[in-house]
Amino acid sequence: MKRNVFSALSGALFGAGLLVSGMIDTVKVQGWLDVFGDWDPTLAFVMGGAIIPMFIAWRVAEKRRIALLGNDIPAKPVQKLDNNLILGSVMFGAGWGLVGLCPGPALAAVSLNGFGGLVFILAMIGGMVATPVLRRALTPKGEAAWTSAR
Amino acid sequence: MIGCAGAMYLLINGRIMGASGILGGLVDGTGRSTWGERVAFLLGLMLFPPLLVPLYDKVDTRVTDNLWLLVSAGLLVGIGTRIANGCTSGHGVCGISRLSLRGIGATVAYIAAGGVVVLAFRHWLGII
Repeated sequence: MKRNVFSALSGALFGAGLLVSGMIDTVKVQGWLDVFGDWDPTLAFVMGGAIIPMFIAWRVAEKRRIALLGNDIPAKPVQKLDNNLILGSVMFGAGWGLVGLCPGPALAAVSLNGFGGLVFILAMIGGMVATPVLRRALTPKGEAAWTSAR
Repeated sequence: MIGCAGAMYLLINGRIMGASGILGGLVDGTGRSTWGERVAFLLGLMLFPPLLVPLYDKVDTRVTDNLWLLVSAGLLVGIGTRIANGCTSGHGVCGISRLSLRGIGATVAYIAAGGVVVLAFRHWLGII
């Protein structure tokens, strides 16, 4: 129960941060992704600002090894760039660029995005459900498929 | 605020705050054992921001109304984040801050791909 409460609080704070920082403004996000054109760098400060408390949290977490509510701190995955990581990220980046929505802001702004926002989320969920099949096809033989949730 | 949310989720719950992983594990069944935490996180994420909207004069997310773009982008984001095991929050915020090669590699790849797509669709084709 405690876990669910803190989970909901984390989600609420994350959503508030996405709203306040402008990450839910799709045109601003596309402006930030327009690195080869008319680049608007302001959202880099949002990402940088988020990384600072997270960096400290990781230092503490890796020293403690166990979270306050008893779970193990997730182990660092094998530090290797594989095809799945790069191919998946390229697909994700392409979709992100097309409409300026990534999963966090799409969910945080679902109440503001109207019908289009719902269409995006339903298509995203459809893609997520279809992925286990695709993932098996794309994982090279002999290599374990990544199953840890990030 | 985003970083503090991630820090809280890591230090209290022992989990990585990745939006695509939290939702993806719920819809494809791989995260069934932790469904309560996942649902709680998503409810907080979806229901709290609208309460803050009245504090602002105007909140405009400027989402396109082109359904083809929305469906294609949704599919690409859904499949891509699951194949790569993370999105902006998991790889970008949580991965980079852990100095994870995978997080950094993923972030470079998706920003580059996003950059090329915006360049092509905005400056060459004029669609977005």
